[in-house]
Amino acid sequence: MDILVENITKSYGSQKALDNLSFKVKTGEILGFLGPNGAGKTTTMKAITCFLSPEQGDIKVGGRSVREKPDEVKKDIGYLPENNPLYLDMPVIDYLAFVGELQGVPKEKLKDRIKLMIKVCGLTKEKHKKIGELSKGYRQRVGLAQALIHDPAVLILDEPTTGLDPNQIIEIRELIKEIGKEKTVILSSHILAEVEATCDRVVIINNGKIVADGTPEQLRQKAQGNESLKVGIEGGEKNDVYTALNELSPVAVVDFADDGDNTFIVESKPGMSSAKAIFDLCVEKGWYLTQLTPQEKNLEDVFRELTN
Amino acid sequence: MKQIWILTKKELNSYFDSLMAYILIIVFLGLSGFFTWLYGGSDIFYINRATLEPFFGVAYWTLFIFIPALTMKQIAEERKTGTIEMLLTKPVSDWQVVKGKFLATFILIAITLALTLPYYITISFLGPIDHGAAITGYLGLLLMSAAYISLGIFASSITSNQIVAFLLTLILGIFFQILFGIMASAFSGTTANILTYLDMRTHYENIIRGVIDSKDIIYFLSIILAGLVASEVSLLKRQI
Repeated sequence: MDILVENITKSYGSQKALDNLSFKVKTGEILGFLGPNGAGKTTTMKAITCFLSPEQGDIKVGGRSVREKPDEVKKDIGYLPENNPLYLDMPVIDYLAFVGELQGVPKEKLKDRIKLMIKVCGLTKEKHKKIGELSKGYRQRVGLAQALIHDPAVLILDEPTTGLDPNQIIEIRELIKEIGKEKTVILSSHILAEVEATCDRVVIINNGKIVADGTPEQLRQKAQGNESLKVGIEGGEKNDVYTALNELSPVAVVDFADDGDNTFIVESKPGMSSAKAIFDLCVEKGWYLTQLTPQEKNLEDVFRELTN
Repeated sequence: MKQIWILTKKELNSYFDSLMAYILIIVFLGLSGFFTWLYGGSDIFYINRATLEPFFGVAYWTLFIFIPALTMKQIAEERKTGTIEMLLTKPVSDWQVVKGKFLATFILIAITLALTLPYYITISFLGPIDHGAAITGYLGLLLMSAAYISLGIFASSITSNQIVAFLLTLILGIFFQILFGIMASAFSGTTANILTYLDMRTHYENIIRGVIDSKDIIYFLSIILAGLVASEVSLLKRQI
């Protein structure tokens, strides 16, 4: 089920939370939503789930507008809100039954769905406990279980892994990936590694506008710019090596690396690669290479560049 | 309707799970029983007539205090914990949420009142009772409860603090319960008429006397509707 966000604008008072935002998510795609605090991630998600209605623009989920048919749209969405609000005085099973009924799961199927969700989300031991007695990680699982109870075509997760321990994070990521094969998933996160690990596509928003959109690789390439190499050269005097590297024709800047005596960060001129020149230099001078690693910009650099 | 019932069921369960319902029932039966049967000066043995009037008099005040306690958490708590977002992103409308919560409290009050039916049966064995007045008396209590529940849910919908919701319901209630009546006597002409019409006591007393006038029924129904619509509007605004 495709999600089509068309030119939505939403303000809180005089502050624009969303400014003419548009994007599209296709079936089977896992979209990572990135942005600094207050960028409008949560607001966008609330608009898609029909909790808030934008002042302008429209959102279509599977071709149906959130303005005209909110009840139908809501039925197709599984939503895990930020901070994962739950009824703490309800036992896990009762809570899942309540949500399942609200989502219109047929009575005869409800028991099986609850059983399945409890198994999938690893809640077997906790199923009779009250939600208030559970730890944060387990509550997060309950939140995920309630979002999935009616087998929705669209899954919207607002920071799904906050409060989980590293093992649980990996489990939940695997689960999201598994689910994402046939569903449309939008997830927001602060953790860039998480988005990189789970998402097919990343949208970075800042001040209510999209500043980047593409696969994690595309974004990284875009931000990459000039080649940057980490070079380790032994067998020569540090300063000699430094001067020699500086004299190479494709090299733009040489810097001493922080982590070793004879390692350097070599940045090439635009469109050129200095790897061969460095190798030839070593052969000529009788030095030897201990490392020659391309310095990849990670998503964090991209993020910082775009949102600062 | 199905969605409303699912919400109502959940709210009722939460009343019974949290002991709220049992406390209400026990205290209500205790108080109303004491004043109906034992308290000298107004109990039925003292007035020496087979009538439920003492009971209706006590119930009127007891419910006035109890209902705000029942409604205060309804929406305020959901706002505070954020579960309102979870709820409203399910296929239910704001109106259904308000109605579901209203209905749950109303059913709880109806159950409580049904448990006082033994009083009615006992008294009817003691002497000739006016069955008509007894039935309209219960109807009056139900209408008055529904009106306060509706006001209580409205108060609960405009804040995320339960105590504020409780006090606000009491304040709103006191206007209908006493203040409009007092204010009416201070004014004259149209103002007095309007204030007298707003005073709940006169309408309630008409009904428990056995007189069912469409004017009284419309009065209660309009308070109920106004409270529910106001709650929906305040929910639709989405802010605290």
